[in-house]
Amino acid sequence: MADYDIIVIGSGPGGYIAAIRAAQLGFRTAIVEREHLAGICSNWGCIPTKALLRSAEILHYGQHAKDYGLVLEGSFKADLEAIVKRSRGIAARMNNGVQFLMKKNKVDVIWGEAVLTKPGTITVAPTKKPAMQPQVPPPKNAKGEGTYTADHIIVATGARPRALPGIEPDGKLIWTYFESMVPAKMPKSLLVMGSGAIGIEFASFYRTMGVEVTVVEVMPQVVPVEDAEIGAFARKAFEKQGIKILTSAKVTKVEKGADSVTAHIEDEKGAKQTITAERMISAVGVVGNIENLGLEALGVKTDRGCIVIDDFCRTNVKGLYAIGDVAGPPMLAHKAEHEAVICVEAIKGLHPHPMDKAMIPGCTYCHPQIASVGLTEAKAKAAGHEIKVGRFNFVANGKAVALGEDSGLAKTIFDARTGKLLGAHLVGPEVTELIQGFVVAMNLETTEEELMHTVFPHPTLSEVMKESVLDAYGKVLNA
Amino acid sequence: MPTNILMPALSPTMEKGNLAKWLKKEGDAIKSGDVIAEIETDKATMEVEAVDEGILARIVVPEGTADVAVNEVIGIIAGEGEDAKSVSAPAAGGKADAPKAEAAKPEAAKPAATAEQANPKVAAPEASASGYGGSVAGSTPTAPKADGSRPFASPLARRIAREAGLDLSSVQGSGPHGRIVEKDVEAAKKGGGAKAAPTAASAASGPAAAKPAAAPLAAAPSDDAVKKLFAPDSYEEIPHDGMRKTIARRLLEAKQTVPHFYVTVDCELDALLKLRAELNAAAPEKDGKPAYKLSVNDMVIKALALALKAVPDANVSWTENAMLKHKHADVGVAVSIPGGLITPIIRDACHKTLSQISNEMKDYAARAKARKLKPEEYQGGTTAVSNLGMFGVKDFAAIVNPPHATILAVGAGEQRAVVKGGQLAVATVMSVTLSTDHRAVDGALGAELLAAFKGYIEKPMAMLV
Repeated sequence: MADYDIIVIGSGPGGYIAAIRAAQLGFRTAIVEREHLAGICSNWGCIPTKALLRSAEILHYGQHAKDYGLVLEGSFKADLEAIVKRSRGIAARMNNGVQFLMKKNKVDVIWGEAVLTKPGTITVAPTKKPAMQPQVPPPKNAKGEGTYTADHIIVATGARPRALPGIEPDGKLIWTYFESMVPAKMPKSLLVMGSGAIGIEFASFYRTMGVEVTVVEVMPQVVPVEDAEIGAFARKAFEKQGIKILTSAKVTKVEKGADSVTAHIEDEKGAKQTITAERMISAVGVVGNIENLGLEALGVKTDRGCIVIDDFCRTNVKGLYAIGDVAGPPMLAHKAEHEAVICVEAIKGLHPHPMDKAMIPGCTYCHPQIASVGLTEAKAKAAGHEIKVGRFNFVANGKAVALGEDSGLAKTIFDARTGKLLGAHLVGPEVTELIQGFVVAMNLETTEEELMHTVFPHPTLSEVMKESVLDAYGKVLNA
Repeated sequence: MPTNILMPALSPTMEKGNLAKWLKKEGDAIKSGDVIAEIETDKATMEVEAVDEGILARIVVPEGTADVAVNEVIGIIAGEGEDAKSVSAPAAGGKADAPKAEAAKPEAAKPAATAEQANPKVAAPEASASGYGGSVAGSTPTAPKADGSRPFASPLARRIAREAGLDLSSVQGSGPHGRIVEKDVEAAKKGGGAKAAPTAASAASGPAAAKPAAAPLAAAPSDDAVKKLFAPDSYEEIPHDGMRKTIARRLLEAKQTVPHFYVTVDCELDALLKLRAELNAAAPEKDGKPAYKLSVNDMVIKALALALKAVPDANVSWTENAMLKHKHADVGVAVSIPGGLITPIIRDACHKTLSQISNEMKDYAARAKARKLKPEEYQGGTTAVSNLGMFGVKDFAAIVNPPHATILAVGAGEQRAVVKGGQLAVATVMSVTLSTDHRAVDGALGAELLAAFKGYIEKPMAMLV
C-alpha cells in the first residue's frame, strides 16, 4: 500500500485547500512545501500587499482628514519599517494559520523539494533555492527528506515572476514583487514595468507613499485585461494622483548605475526616451513552476510553461493532477482553490461540476480599485454578440458621495437577444467587494429582468450595480 | 404541532408516483419506522416509513390516487396530546381530491383557495406560463409539468427555451441538482432530445407563427383522432399505468434521438450447451437443491460483459460534450413482467462468476415480477441484453436504451444446417443482433464487439478463467 492516498506538492492556496478537502473526504494526505507554508499568496502576494495598501490608504485619509472636518495636529507620517513589519506579521499569521489547519486536518507536512521519480512516487530533498527572507520556520513535526508514495499526486507548485532577457531582476536595483514588498528605504523614484494587477498595485502603493512613479506598459492601455473604458477611467485617476504612465511602450534596455537604473524606452512609433529611477519593478507576469519536478521523464504534457489538464485537473499521466497557476491561466488564488476542490472531489468520485473559467472574477487593489467578471465589451463583440451596455457613475451614488469617494464607473454588458449577463466591470471604491454580486448572478444565469427585480439596499455602493443594469435597458433612474 | 407526511422521492429522478395503498387508518398510532403506505413509481412499489411519532390524524390523499407530486402532503400526523380530530387541513394542500375530501368534513376550516395560495408549487402553472417575461409579447408559454410544478431551470434557460418554443419539462438538466441551464437548452435546440412545446407544434401549422429556431418533431395524432378510426364500443379503454408511460416516453425518445445501427452475427452454441450441462451437473447441493442452475442467458450476459472489457471503446455513453468511457461493464437484462418490462442490472458482470450472475438474475426476476426492485437496481447500466429466444424468435433488433450505447438482441438457439470444411453439418446456432448508438459506437466497432462476443460464446471455457 502507498504511504498516502494523496500527496500535494506545494502548499499555496491551491495546494493547502486540496489537502484539507482530501483530509475531509477521508484520504490519508500529505503536503510538500519547500519554502513558505501557505505559498506566495499568503507570504509574498495577495495578503501582505493588501496590508501595505491598507497602510497607504490610511496615510491617504490622514492627509485628507480636513476634507472630513478633522484636524490632525502634530506629525502624521509613514514609518516604513513599521509598515513592512506589520505586513510581514500578517503574512506570518496566514502561514501559521495554514500550519494549524494542516495539523487540525491531520495532514502530514513534508519539508523540502519534491521530484516525481515515477508515477505515484516522489523523493523529497532539501531545497537548493535560498529562501526569501524573512521566512517562517517549518512546522516542528514536519517530515523531511525521503521517498514517499501515493495513489494520487497533485502538483500545485504555483508560479514565479517572469524575467525579460536583459532586464532580469537582481533584487537590488531591479525588483520583483518579493523585494517590492520589503523595501528597506523608500526610493525617491520608481519605474514600474508592466501595469497588470501586480505592477499597478505597487505603483499605487509607492505613489501614495510619496514616491515619483512611472509606469511603462507595452499594451495600449493600463490594466490590459480589463475593459478599455475601465482602463481609461483608471488611467485618468492614476495620472491625477501624479503617476506618470507610458502605454504602447517597451523597455528595450536597462543600464544600472550605483544607486539607480536608466531604462531605454521605445514607443510603438519608434520614438525613444530614457528614464532614470532609483529602483525599478519588473512586473511582466508570472510563469508556472514546472521545472525540476521530473515532469519530463514521466512524459507529462505541458504547454507554454504550464501543465495541461482536463476539466477535473487530470494530467495525461494516470494518478497525476495539477491545479492552480502551474496548471495554466488565469493565475489567481481563487481559481486555484476552486480547482483544488474539483480535483479532490473528482478523485473521490463525487462528480463535481467543472469550472467555467469565463465566470472567474478578477480584482485589482490599486486606488481606485478595479474588479470585473466575464467578457469585456470588445471581447463580447468579437464573440459575435449583439450587446446592450449599461453604465453608471459613482458620482450619482449617495453612499459614495458620503464616503468622499465618488469617482468610479460600473459597466454591464448584456446579450441583446437573450438578456444574458456577459460581463460586468467596475472601477471605484470597494468594488472588489461588490463584484461578487454579479458573479453570483452570472453563475445562476440570471437575465437583466431578475437583476432589475432585485432590491438593492440603500444607501450602499452596490446600488451602482443595479443602476448600471437599468441603464443598459434605458431605465436608469439616478442619472 | 401536527406534522405533514409528504410524498417521498424514492429516487433522484422521481417527480410523481401513485399512492397505491395506506397501511394505517386515520386514528392509528404510528411509531417512527412503521410502514404506513405503499407508493408505486414507474417501475417499482416502495414502502413509506414514518419518520415521526403520533396519531395518523388525517389521510389527505386517498389510496389509489395516481400521479401524486413529490413533496405533496399525503397525510398528517398529530402529536401526543393533540386532538387528532381537530387537526385542520394542511397548509400546503394539493390535488383536486384533497379539498374535496376536506369539504366533506365540517372542521376543515381552510377552503381550497387558501390552500392554493399557501402553496406556490400548485399555483405555479400560471406563474411559469408567463414567467418573468411579461414584457415579451407573444412569447410561447413554457408548458408546466404534469404535476403543476415549475421546471427547475435558470432564468436564462427559461427565456431561451421560450424563444425557441421548447418545452422545458422535456429538457434534461445538467446543472446542480439537475437544474436546467443555458447549455442544456442550447443542446436541446440542436435536437438533443427535447420535444417542442405543444403550443409551438400547433402554432407551426400557421405559417406566420412558425419559428425557424425550433425543429419540432412530428407530433403524434391526438387520442381522439385515433379513437375516431374505430367504432365506439368496439374497444376497451385501459388507462396507462406509470410503467407504460415510462416505456412509451423512453423508447420514443430513444428511437427518435438515437441513430441506430444494426449488426447481426450467428454463434454456434454446441460447445456452450455442453459446458453448461457439465457445469450444472457439477453444481453442489445446498439445502437439498443445486447451488446454481445456469441458463444460456446467464452465459450470454457474461460473454457480453467480457466482450465489452475486451473492446472498451464500445463500453461508452454518449453525451453532447464528451464520450463517457465506462470502467465497468454493467449489463442490463430485459425482464418481461405483467404490464411491461424492466431492466435490472448485473453490475460489473465481467468480474462475477456465472453462478453469481445466475443467482442474482433469479433474485432480480422474482422481485421484478413483484415490482419490488429498487431504483438503483434498474437505473444506469452500460449495455443491455434482450432475449426472446424462449419464444422461438430467430432474430430481431432491439431499441437502444440511453445512456447505453448498445443493446444485444438474442434469438433462439436452434439446429441449423451449416457448412463446415465444405460439408453440410448440423449445429445449434443462435443469431444475435447488436443495436448501437452510432454517435458513440460506429459500425466497425460494433462488429468488433460482436466478434469478441462470438468468441466467448463459441469458446466458452474462456469465460471460466
